[in-house]
Amino acid sequence: MSLFRTWQLGIKSLFLHPMRSALTVLGIFIGVAAVIWLLAIGEGISQKAQEQIASLGARNIIVRSIKPPLEKLGDSNVAEFGLLRKDFNLLVNTIPQIEVAIPIREMKISFSFGNNDMDGRIVGSTPEYFTATKLKLAKGRFLSPADVDKHKDFCVLSMGIAEALFPHDDPIGKRVYCPTNQTYYEVVGILRKRTASAGIGGSLAAQDYSRDVYIPITTLNQRVGDVTRRFQSGSFYAEKVELHQATIQVKTMDDVLTVAELIKDALRTQLESGKGDIDVIVPLELLEQAETTRMMFMIFMGLIAAVSLLVGGIGIMNIMLATVTERTREIGIRRALGARQGAIQRQFLVETITLSIVGGLVGVAVGLLCPVTLEWLRDTLIANFPEEMASLPAEVRETVPIIVPISIPVSFGIAVLIGVIFGMYPAYRASRMDPIEALRHE
Amino acid sequence: MSNIAVRAENLGKDYVLKSETVHALRGVTFDVPEGDYVAIMGPSGSGKSTLLNLLGCLDRPSFGELYLGSENVATLNDNGLSDIRSKRIGFVFQSYNLIQQLNVVENIQVPLYYQGKVNRTTRKWAIELAGKVGLGDRLDHRPQQLSGGQMQRVAIARAMVNDPYYILADEATGNLDSKTTNEILCLFKELNDEGKTIIMVTHEDEVAARCHRVIRLRDGHIETDLPIEQDRKKYRFSMPAPELQEEEVAVAQAQTVASDGFSVGDNEIVMDGSVDGHDEPEIEVEIDE
Repeated sequence: MSLFRTWQLGIKSLFLHPMRSALTVLGIFIGVAAVIWLLAIGEGISQKAQEQIASLGARNIIVRSIKPPLEKLGDSNVAEFGLLRKDFNLLVNTIPQIEVAIPIREMKISFSFGNNDMDGRIVGSTPEYFTATKLKLAKGRFLSPADVDKHKDFCVLSMGIAEALFPHDDPIGKRVYCPTNQTYYEVVGILRKRTASAGIGGSLAAQDYSRDVYIPITTLNQRVGDVTRRFQSGSFYAEKVELHQATIQVKTMDDVLTVAELIKDALRTQLESGKGDIDVIVPLELLEQAETTRMMFMIFMGLIAAVSLLVGGIGIMNIMLATVTERTREIGIRRALGARQGAIQRQFLVETITLSIVGGLVGVAVGLLCPVTLEWLRDTLIANFPEEMASLPAEVRETVPIIVPISIPVSFGIAVLIGVIFGMYPAYRASRMDPIEALRHE
Repeated sequence: MSNIAVRAENLGKDYVLKSETVHALRGVTFDVPEGDYVAIMGPSGSGKSTLLNLLGCLDRPSFGELYLGSENVATLNDNGLSDIRSKRIGFVFQSYNLIQQLNVVENIQVPLYYQGKVNRTTRKWAIELAGKVGLGDRLDHRPQQLSGGQMQRVAIARAMVNDPYYILADEATGNLDSKTTNEILCLFKELNDEGKTIIMVTHEDEVAARCHRVIRLRDGHIETDLPIEQDRKKYRFSMPAPELQEEEVAVAQAQTVASDGFSVGDNEIVMDGSVDGHDEPEIEVEIDE
């Protein structure tokens, strides 16, 4: 008895109850599609997170000033916190493995040009900032070392600010005005769009770079000073911060962890003061953590998907058991006409495996549609509920599922395997029927 | 026709039910030469079904020997019996027992399927058989699209496809009306005339009347094994209904034997008129075709 004939017969028998067969297939199909979808979405999310961490630079160590809660600042009118310039200089001068160290100051401020104005963020830094953060120019140039040395009133605009302030003009050479400090900065360059970074581990808040204006840090210190005042809730409120962030790039990846320890040692008093106003972030460590998290996530997703496949398998067994009972008569006829027990067993097993193969194939097809479907879903949601969608975090809004290639053969293989395993028992039951009893069955 | 199609020697079957042993068949001996046309009759509980199962190789005897041709099948295991059924026995059942998802030709081929012999040649053979039983124009029909008589024709064609030692028919006309019954019986007759061995298990005299020989069973024994003419003489009446008292039957038989005015032949159809246990004599109607 050829396998092809058995298979042909199996198909015929399955088509005798198309609805039932379709529903059985559904269980396996959902399982397989779920495996592929969950893994694809998981991979998409984790890849995004990794990209963001990697964008911080694997060779970088970030020392970040954090504004402590008000009650920890005492009664002083001026909130004083963050990394000090002397500490920064100490680090740069004493640790030889440091290649570049970039001091950063930033503050919320508004900008205007002509009748256009826009709230944004002014960032004081050095030319190395641009290379270290891999920024790309749309037009003009970055700040130069000379600009920093000479405290030039030059600025580089991010695309968002440039579009808001100069909807029609070429901004290069124009002077942007800061009403808060009554200062002017001449535009020398415009940056390409830069995707916002997500917050990482609570130390590094999510940042939106679309409204940044970059000026030399020396200029910022000279024009604004360390103390900024803001009028808030009916009273003036002042902050004294010397540096908001220091991005320190180490020469080789191997040095990252040693240097991070050195930096933590140097800043120990401040780190352990209980004020919690500074933190040292090591993207390499985060990358390693993220890898672990990713593995955990994948295992978890895989487990959920495996459960749904298992449920599909039980569904198959259930239906096949019912089918065997219903087809007792047919089994009796076949036995009477010369079918060995093995032939009956094979016949039912082939039917179950056919169901699971079809389920697996449909599941893989639907699984492959995952990116397209999610994109369509997102577009539809954005079109219909723009506000709700905008309020979602960027990770949810922008995650693109990435199909994990291995998930396709694995999920398909598991589906077929489940067909075999869960088809075994019904097929065995069918083959063990007494032909005389089976023939008598109504 | 000196070759033996099937021979039973002291063939018996016991069923063990809990503590009790039921002797369904207490050792029967007979043989059926090739080309014979035998009816096996008997009231319920006579061991008729048990003998049918043994002859069909669906069951193994508790004792005794059963030869198909020269092969003793009494000791075969399940696979061996399956192979014998596939190669050497043609079944015709009361309820046709066709497979719903297969068409006429495919149904005819089923026994070959389990010998791995489904190919173009055997398909041709199956189509030929379908033509022979008068279904040449319905090769692609499914059982649902056929009438009872047509389904039984398919079953008969199926029973012949593996060139069996004998065709074993179990109440083959039980579900058919009298006209169709007649057609099917004529078909069996034709096949027998061509040399096919046929064993009919039946309780209907009109069916048995077409055979050459009648084996009557009672309580697990062979009561009589006579050529049809002698059987008809001996059993004027159809099998008595179980409610009838034995002496009443004896009286009725005595009366009929005394009158003895009937010619016995293949064309005679006997109708059983008494079933409700009154002591009126059974009515026998003779119809000449």
